[in-house]
Amino acid sequence: MDYNTKFTPQTWPEHAEQATLEGKNKFVGFWLFLACEIVLFASLFATYLALKNKGPAGMEFTTQELYELPLAFGMTMILLTSSLTSVYAMYHMKNYNFKGVQLWMFITVLLGASFLALEVYEFNHYVGLGFTFGSSAFASAFYTLVGTHGFHVSVGLVWITALILRNAKRGLSLYNAPKYFVASLYWHFIDVVWVFIFTVVYLMGVVG
Amino acid sequence: MAHDTPTVTRTSAQHEYYKQNNKATMQKQVVNFAIMIFLTLVAFSLVGAGFSANLVLPIILLMAGVQVVLQLYSFMHMEEKTAHEIGVVTMFMWTGMFFAFLMILAFVTIIWWNL
Repeated sequence: MDYNTKFTPQTWPEHAEQATLEGKNKFVGFWLFLACEIVLFASLFATYLALKNKGPAGMEFTTQELYELPLAFGMTMILLTSSLTSVYAMYHMKNYNFKGVQLWMFITVLLGASFLALEVYEFNHYVGLGFTFGSSAFASAFYTLVGTHGFHVSVGLVWITALILRNAKRGLSLYNAPKYFVASLYWHFIDVVWVFIFTVVYLMGVVG
Repeated sequence: MAHDTPTVTRTSAQHEYYKQNNKATMQKQVVNFAIMIFLTLVAFSLVGAGFSANLVLPIILLMAGVQVVLQLYSFMHMEEKTAHEIGVVTMFMWTGMFFAFLMILAFVTIIWWNL
């Protein structure tokens, strides 16, 4: 079995993403990368929690004045759903249905893009109110934490779009199966981080 | 190559079983997704309803933890014991989470003690 092996649905291996040595290495290597990402985000969460609602005397904004639950709720639903659509893509990959993979990955990208649009709207709204990166220690910590997550979303969007375009005419093979699999792992990880952002930043911010 | 998987052709009965198996797994994923949505709804409505912070905070943090474990083990397939070097993966992920907990604890307590 190598990159050039031609498959039918009957011969397609159950774990195609781990059928080659490169696939196995990518699988483990990418998980180790995600473990490191946990520590990166932990430092940003820790900074945010330490500096929440803190800043110079006379600073205007606190979490309770700033955050709006409906927007955070909408973003959460969109990102959660995009996590499920990439599970659908992996389901079609197991069944050697390349069109299914491409379609569900494309839906994932669309949902991710609408999430990002809402986040841009949110940041723009806050800046319009006068809550900018330099306003207070709280503002810097907030924009760095949520912004780093948003940056990860943008990277994921570019990455998955590139995968869809580059492999459009190739069909499913042991060459691109690990690539799609690892991209979907990354996308789920973005959702894992967001679960803590909506809980720790928005919900805990509104509770006070 | 030693690392390679041999090509196996499934008989049509085996293939039917394979497809049904994949479908059953997918249905389980959809159920897990419904649980995640439900937990999210509960978290947002608890906060929206304006209960006291001491009651709401532990519940929403616990629900976030449950959601993350569902994502990792179900959506990201960490439950698959046959995956390549899954023991190393599990150890790294939980070690990462341990350090995350430690870092947040350290930062938060330093600030609180100085208040």
